[in-house]
Amino acid sequence: MNNKLKIDKKLVGSCRRSAMRIAADVQEFIDRHSTVAIERTVCRLLGVDGVNDIDIPFPNVVVESMSENGILEYGAADFFARVYLHTGLSAQETAEQISKSSFDFDSLPEFSKAEKTVYLEDIAKISLKRIQEQRNKRNGYIKEYGGKSGPLLYIIVATGDIREDVTQAVAAAKQGADVIAVIRTTGQSLLDYVPFGETREGFGGTYATQENFRIMRKALDEAGKSLDRYICLCNYCSGLCMPEIAVMGAFERLDMMLNDALYGILFRNINMKRTLVDQNFSRTINAYAGVIINTGEDNYLTTSDAFEEAHTVLASQFINEQFAVLAGLKKSQIGLGHAFEMSPGLKNSFVYELAQAQMTREIFPESPLKYMPPTKHKTGDIFMANIQDALFNMITILTGQKIHLLGMPTEAIHTPFMSDRALSIENARYIFSAMEDLGGELIFKRDGIMANRAGEVLQKAHELLGRIDERGLFESLSDGIFAGIKRKEDEGRGLDGVFEKSGDYLNPFYDNMISELRGGID
Amino acid sequence: MSGYSIEKKEYDMGLDLQKLKPYGDTLNDGKVQLSFTLPVHSCEKSTEAAREIASEMGLTDIVAAHIKPLDDNYTFYVMYGTFNKSIDYSKIEVPDIENGAMDMNEIDDFIKAHLKRKIIVVGASTGTDAHTVGIDAIMNMKGYAGHYGLERYEMIEAHNLGAQIPNIDFVRFAKSVKADVLLVSQTVTQKDIHIQNLTQLVEMVEAEGFRECVLLICGGARISNRLAVELGYDAGFGSGKFADDVAAYIARELSDRKERG
Repeated sequence: MNNKLKIDKKLVGSCRRSAMRIAADVQEFIDRHSTVAIERTVCRLLGVDGVNDIDIPFPNVVVESMSENGILEYGAADFFARVYLHTGLSAQETAEQISKSSFDFDSLPEFSKAEKTVYLEDIAKISLKRIQEQRNKRNGYIKEYGGKSGPLLYIIVATGDIREDVTQAVAAAKQGADVIAVIRTTGQSLLDYVPFGETREGFGGTYATQENFRIMRKALDEAGKSLDRYICLCNYCSGLCMPEIAVMGAFERLDMMLNDALYGILFRNINMKRTLVDQNFSRTINAYAGVIINTGEDNYLTTSDAFEEAHTVLASQFINEQFAVLAGLKKSQIGLGHAFEMSPGLKNSFVYELAQAQMTREIFPESPLKYMPPTKHKTGDIFMANIQDALFNMITILTGQKIHLLGMPTEAIHTPFMSDRALSIENARYIFSAMEDLGGELIFKRDGIMANRAGEVLQKAHELLGRIDERGLFESLSDGIFAGIKRKEDEGRGLDGVFEKSGDYLNPFYDNMISELRGGID
Repeated sequence: MSGYSIEKKEYDMGLDLQKLKPYGDTLNDGKVQLSFTLPVHSCEKSTEAAREIASEMGLTDIVAAHIKPLDDNYTFYVMYGTFNKSIDYSKIEVPDIENGAMDMNEIDDFIKAHLKRKIIVVGASTGTDAHTVGIDAIMNMKGYAGHYGLERYEMIEAHNLGAQIPNIDFVRFAKSVKADVLLVSQTVTQKDIHIQNLTQLVEMVEAEGFRECVLLICGGARISNRLAVELGYDAGFGSGKFADDVAAYIARELSDRKERG
């Protein structure tokens, strides 16, 4: 990507180094801790699934009992290895016994690390192979159909009923959508468990369950076959169950996941230690599954002013990038988020939006940027909204944004009707075709409004990163650096689910995935 | 097409508020536009069905201006037609909360003159609703669309608790700071979840025994004052209302209540 805005590369390098130090400082904390969500994920990777007779998921049953018996600090893998070596029971059988209160924790003997490792390495291979196979299947489809070169048209479905979602998703795919995101029911991010099975009732969205993932995946594979295109499936790897959702998505071949290092802290008041520890394992799983993550910086702009707070988005993108790299994600898997949210009343708002999008493209050249449409300044005027979306569509095609979430004319009225989506796709396809090569024809004035704006945003992001680097991330979050939201280190949801790992803690999945990732996989 | 017809039509040329009709480009022409999707294959028959639907709505001179297949068995229609009935505007009664606009400075002065103390306002998006956009538009310092939020008012002490606040926590917090006003925002309205949540909040405030001591106000794109009053709220603010509308109502209402004793 050529340097159209004459961005100061030295300053970019300095920002990246600050972000690296900020993330590395937290990573030291992350490496010493685990959470109940991570241990439930390990349960799932060992084959535990389903719910008991009162609808509690078996992974929750196991982890709660381990906690009551004071053995959580060694990790779920250690526990299941000991059970297997002692009784020959599989993880699922063990979970079922625990649920019936017929499992005797007290008489469980200790085994040597070598014995446990032999068992765990074998069983880890099975789950990891299951994930590899899905990754290979995706690569196969993309090879067969060919990848898409321009922006990916990303639309959401949010009916609450997975069967109705399928109808809407398939229609959208036929109209030209490339990515289908199934919005989760409001409140799911705060559940400290993942519901089970097919669901047909939700509010503002549909429950993320493994069965719902499977239903939608199957429908999109079928639609893709008839359209000769691969249709990507996206869900939300956020909230209190980040790594569990990641592993379910890995098993069912989701292609994208909303997966931000800080979003839950800021916008769901989830405790920062919990989120930071959880995001790390969830991202390693996503990395291993070949998933493209989408970060959530767009949300800063729906809360704060998009013009004045643009630099906080850039600073957060640098930090998100470094956490993602530490978790094993390749740059091509890091879909950094931002949004078109400046007030339509602001003079030259399009020029500033264009500068921001071009700047982001140039600073993160290998990342597929996730560009979010106007929402905050939509009023219910569907005709004006269509124009706002048209301007947004122009910026994507002019600046090479990759993951393009379509705006809806009926934003601020209802979750989209089938026809709303069709109008929106038509709008984007027209503009993407009409302006396909216009970006390549444009150069921007040296010292013009755009170059100066980009320079100013970068300068302010650099200062902010410097301050965070000095204060540390935990303290900075308590100062309210992002979106003006203040969060304290020992407040927020889910803190009681964070614990320090014992020296003998085992998690063969993380170890195997991260070492394979560092070795480099396709 | 009838839209381009040069045939002369006779309309009553005066505005009669007892016989109000929609307006296209000629008084009393009754022109309306609507769009909808039919879950059937696009064909002559489906277009006839769309016309019949418009006809059942009481429209005549129906034109299917745009027909677009959305999928094999879904077809989108943009229709125009004439609405021939009329309504009596003079008989309509709506509970009105607009009694003259004031800007932020005027409202601050009004509070100083009439209440002589700060008004304590607690706001949140309660229940499972994760959207802060509504409550932020009213409360955030910066406000929305050029209307400063309540946090900027000198005479208002504003507490914005954010989104996904359980009703019980909201009520307890309001009690702990001796709130004068409770503002609750609801954005998600699918399957009427907002009605259940708003009803629960009213019941909780009553159960806690301080319904009479506070102004209870709800807001959101799909909230009207009429709905709010039906649910037991003092007022409701829908789309197109800003922080100054809310603040002016609060200031006047609290001052009236003070005078009434």
